[in-house]
Amino acid sequence: MATMTMIQALRSAMDVLLGSDPDVVVFGEDVGYFGGVFRCTEGLQAKYGRHRVFDSPIAEGGIVGTAIGMAANGLKPVVEVQFADYFYPASDQIVSEAARLRYRSAGDFTAPVVIRMPCGGGIYGGQTHSQSPEALFTHVCGLRTVMPSNPYDAKGLLIAAVESGDPVIFLEPKRLYNGPFDGQHDQPMVPWSRHPRSEVPEGRYTVPLESAAVVRPGEQLTVLTYGTMVYVAEAAARQAGVDAEIIDLRSLWPLDLATMVDSVRKTGRCVVLHEATRTSGFGAELVSLVQEHCFYHLEAPIERVTGWDTPYPHALEWAYFPGPERVARAFRKVLGEGLP
Amino acid sequence: MPGDPMPLRLHVPEPTGRPGQATDFSYLRVSAPGEVPRPAVDIVPSHTGTMAWKLIRVLDDHGQAVGPWAPRVEPETLRRGLVAMLRTRAFDARMLIAQRQKRISFYMQCLGEEAVAVAHALALQPGDMCFPTYRQQGLLLCRDDIDVVELMCQLLSNERDPLRGRQLPVMYSYRRAGFFSISGNLATQFVQAVGWAMASAIKGDTKIASAWIGDGSTAEADFHNALTFAHVYRAPVILNVVNNQWAISTFQAIAGGEGTTFAARGVGAGIASLRVDGNDFLAVLSASRWAAERARRNLGPTLVEWVTYRAGAHSTSDDPARYRPADDWQKFPLGDPVARLRQHLTGLGAWSDAEHDRTVAALDEEMAAALKEASRHGSVQDGHIPPLATMFEDVYRQMPPHLREQMRQAAAETGVA
Repeated sequence: MATMTMIQALRSAMDVLLGSDPDVVVFGEDVGYFGGVFRCTEGLQAKYGRHRVFDSPIAEGGIVGTAIGMAANGLKPVVEVQFADYFYPASDQIVSEAARLRYRSAGDFTAPVVIRMPCGGGIYGGQTHSQSPEALFTHVCGLRTVMPSNPYDAKGLLIAAVESGDPVIFLEPKRLYNGPFDGQHDQPMVPWSRHPRSEVPEGRYTVPLESAAVVRPGEQLTVLTYGTMVYVAEAAARQAGVDAEIIDLRSLWPLDLATMVDSVRKTGRCVVLHEATRTSGFGAELVSLVQEHCFYHLEAPIERVTGWDTPYPHALEWAYFPGPERVARAFRKVLGEGLP
Repeated sequence: MPGDPMPLRLHVPEPTGRPGQATDFSYLRVSAPGEVPRPAVDIVPSHTGTMAWKLIRVLDDHGQAVGPWAPRVEPETLRRGLVAMLRTRAFDARMLIAQRQKRISFYMQCLGEEAVAVAHALALQPGDMCFPTYRQQGLLLCRDDIDVVELMCQLLSNERDPLRGRQLPVMYSYRRAGFFSISGNLATQFVQAVGWAMASAIKGDTKIASAWIGDGSTAEADFHNALTFAHVYRAPVILNVVNNQWAISTFQAIAGGEGTTFAARGVGAGIASLRVDGNDFLAVLSASRWAAERARRNLGPTLVEWVTYRAGAHSTSDDPARYRPADDWQKFPLGDPVARLRQHLTGLGAWSDAEHDRTVAALDEEMAAALKEASRHGSVQDGHIPPLATMFEDVYRQMPPHLREQMRQAAAETGVA
């Protein structure tokens, strides 16, 4: 089986969708002729034509607004917001329109729009090219929020998102586009071809929504995480010699509660990990769910490791990014081993 | 720079009349009926400047149809149009009473603006999609396949409300009648209509879209997004700006109407644009046909500013006596669309005072009977409302586990299912 990068897997997903469903259209800033600033749509316009894969004006509200109208007229738009940091002008269209059209019209109209957005830092993008705004979407009823961490999941989840019939926010950790980055920024980059989840079938398959993956089974503690932090958690477990059970949520909301709860009840200890800022971050919701469902199984307070409550800095990127050392420290804390 | 620097001053526009003052419509540029030329539909959009600055009118002061925009139309069509406007007015009047009687929580009338919706509908085809605001109920009330009892059930939020009590009164949704779900947030649907029209073009379909916005909300980014996308992709869409002079208490100059027109924004965006007397049924019909033909012939979007006047309050929560002269509507230079079409039809010998009175009385009776029938299905006041489970349905295509759990919890806590 061919190995693919995240970029190739996402492109393959859109290729499959465009090739099998005439209602699928792909558009956004620079996605047409040029193929997107991260190359995710490269070659698709040449293959499927300008009326199905095209460039849009620089207006995120217009991109999402027109996509909603297209979806209401039977199309399945897959649009790209060039960086997640740029979605704010589209907030009204996402929150008040796409998320609620089915509800407010009692099913008379629906808006099955998939909005792809590269997110997260680690590329020296500064405060306008590094954000992880997932909690702003998980707070909105009617949206699905998804974040893949590897090429196989990226393709399967994107196809599942388009076929779900719901509006989906599809967050792509841009630091993972070309390799499974584990936070050790001074080490040479590992290519996807050496990772088993880079083996991606050419044709159609789905990874079900609302389904988490246990990427590393373990007994000592549970890590609830997603995106780039999956690899940071693995590096931390290796470095600290901790037998961590690492859960990649994949679908942030609605989520796979059972997999989370089963794991924490088994290990009795939990670390929640994300790159986004801490306060009112999605980790707060995860901590709350664990507390509600696993309280009597917990052996220690739940730990959260997150980005700091500051804008994403440029020069101090690696002081901001929650790397393996910070995660390992949290592991030792929940294991009662004290701080070094 | 020679001389003393001049202190800078902020300009904040004011309307030409406030309560207690004499009204003054001198700001409103009005052309003579028949004065504005009617170009071929394939005109270069940037050449529509004249049409965007002047005011296209057909009916003169005597009710005669004059000039190049006078449409070819059977008197019977106009009679149906007049009845539809009267029906819209009768529906509004009955619902205002119902709101004062506290039978419904809220209402929005379109008094004085009926022609903008009713005459426009005559230019559309089955399958076309309107993206209306809350003041185009005429699009529904001009149809014989929309049951007014069902509309009233929506207003009552009762057990028969097709929207299951989820929306404020008047935020209807009728896909089968080409009437998109009304959001309640302003301007959002203007750009969605462009997307709907783009989809029609992508699919090679023949259907067009018609988008609606008020003068006030043209200030929103979604308006400008709509113009940009409609122009860029030459979308088969009609972009209607209903300039009724007031956005709640805010005069249209605060939306950016001072010293310019809303139609002029379209010309600047590369869109063929017209400024039309929105209280002139024949002008609305004619301009709508022109715009619809452009869309159907792949000539792209048309922006139409309909100049009209919001004769009533913004909503039942509003009191215009607090911010504008009381006699504004009587002095409005473009009059009342119902009176003007009635005068025209009477002049043609196709309408009479006796028929008018009979029609008004019959419509009033129809609305009273419909409200009585709708009220039998309950209202938000008497608790005959959709069941609790409907609160949790339609959030997603399939109800996720967390909503099933919350539904179970809500049922347990409230003791109802």
